[in-house]
Amino acid sequence: MHNKSVAELSRELESGQISSVELTQQFLDRIDQEDGKYNSFITVTREQALADARAADEQRAAGNVTPWTGIPFAHKDIFCTNGVRTTCGSKMLEAFTPPYDATVTANFRQAGAVCLGKTNMDEFAMGSSNESSHFGAVTNPWGLSQGEKRVPGGSSGGSAAAVAARLVPAATATDTGGSIRQPAALCGVTGLKPTYGRVSRYGMIAFASSLDQGGTMARTAEDNALMLNVMAGFDPKDSTSLDREVPDYTATLNEPLKGLKIGLPKEYFSDQLSPAMEQQVRNAVKEYEKLGATVKEVSLPNAKLAIAAYYVIAPAEASANLSRFDGVRYGYRCEDPKDLMDLYTRSRAEGFGTEVKRRILVGTYALSAGYFDAYYLKAQKVRRLIQQDFINAFKEVDVLMSPTTPSPAFIQGEKTSDPVTMYLEDVFTIAINLAGIPAMSVPAGFVDGLPVGLQIIGDYFSEARLLNAAHQFQQVTDWHQREPQ
Amino acid sequence: MTISREDIEKVAVLARIRVDDEQVSALEKDLGNILDLVDQLGAADTDSVEPMAHPLNAVQRLRADEVTETNQRESFQAIAPATENGLYLVPRVIE
Repeated sequence: MHNKSVAELSRELESGQISSVELTQQFLDRIDQEDGKYNSFITVTREQALADARAADEQRAAGNVTPWTGIPFAHKDIFCTNGVRTTCGSKMLEAFTPPYDATVTANFRQAGAVCLGKTNMDEFAMGSSNESSHFGAVTNPWGLSQGEKRVPGGSSGGSAAAVAARLVPAATATDTGGSIRQPAALCGVTGLKPTYGRVSRYGMIAFASSLDQGGTMARTAEDNALMLNVMAGFDPKDSTSLDREVPDYTATLNEPLKGLKIGLPKEYFSDQLSPAMEQQVRNAVKEYEKLGATVKEVSLPNAKLAIAAYYVIAPAEASANLSRFDGVRYGYRCEDPKDLMDLYTRSRAEGFGTEVKRRILVGTYALSAGYFDAYYLKAQKVRRLIQQDFINAFKEVDVLMSPTTPSPAFIQGEKTSDPVTMYLEDVFTIAINLAGIPAMSVPAGFVDGLPVGLQIIGDYFSEARLLNAAHQFQQVTDWHQREPQ
Repeated sequence: MTISREDIEKVAVLARIRVDDEQVSALEKDLGNILDLVDQLGAADTDSVEPMAHPLNAVQRLRADEVTETNQRESFQAIAPATENGLYLVPRVIE
């Protein structure tokens, strides 16, 4: 049962082969038995899940059904859940129970889905290895059989590991610089970061507001489409939400790819990429050629500036967003503050972890008097250059393809001593967030027994085309069905 | 690009984060490395480029000037570290 997709489980619920209560119980038992190895969940909401499953079975009996009615899944612990602790991976929010639902949370509730709990993540989504979580690192299900504890990627490492380990068939995630695609690649699952503004950010704890975007993670492209059907849409509560029609993302999955024009950005096949990784990605592109696609090389000349621009913009926005954590209205407060300044400075020093504080300080510096033009304004200009590269590329081709990461999952602790080494992990994903376009990571092979991700990048609002391309690939390959031992 | 101890101490005050001497030394190195990375931006010619704030150039939406929020003071204060009579408590500010 745990190997089945959301689409398959939905059909079994529909035919009455299994009830939501039985299904929910089975996945909860799996989490109990297996998650000790991975630490992919921060909170498991057993009783609430069983109550929701009973309600879903009643809804079904009453004929009130969506494809998600009674389907178990999990939320990244960045989405506020009314009445359920939401930590964002931080000591700052260790005891925070939001009094409201994020729009994404409400959408899944409305669709009748059954949330089993909240998945682990890098603190405030700042990280590429899930090692900055206050609730402990997450271990990648791949590599464990060789006795190696590897990172699942981050920041949505808990969601990726939980889906890969078959603890849930699907999980929500967020992506500010690669936080959906990189963990999806490292754990061998399928993930989609939508166009900026496609999914509401309301109630999704903010890191860098001009880059953050909620998205999807599951084993198949079809399940990603089912998730996006629930998540996408205009939300008046999010001032940057875009009012565009939402298609049925499952409706175009089976369209043929004949004539699809694929561009390979030469900057993403550079010497940063290991030859073994490159081989897997080029093999995947060959599969697309067999399906009738044509391939040409394109150039993104400013892509090399993406990490530099990102590490001004993201910390600057984070420093502003995280100023709300002051120890007064909610969240962590230090013991016995001697005055107001002591309350602020000590609550924040004790409540935030090392990487979060580092980024707040970098951002504060970049925004401070005398530096704003040199850093923030300059980065916003470079951001436009990067966007223009993509606009130019999409005049020639329909989608771009590249590796998602320069190498497969690394060993825990390997990159924690130098933050800049960790930042380079997102070298192929970050430019996409700066431009605000959508992109996916799709399982596309293995190197040394570890999954490799193919990144598929599209123009604004081309999620349906990306999902179509990923789905067709998954009809002729089985990388996404491989199970970690 | 180097960042001085004094800069770090100043920024820490602005950011309302207490840092001790040992942390300042580590931050000197880490922030210096990050700023080195960021300094690559200097190489880009951006003289005639408009800074980008929103990928699709969306502007702030306005809504009708009507009351849409309900009063939820009780539930908001229930999650605060310290409250009294509907007020948030902080250390004494005025002696």
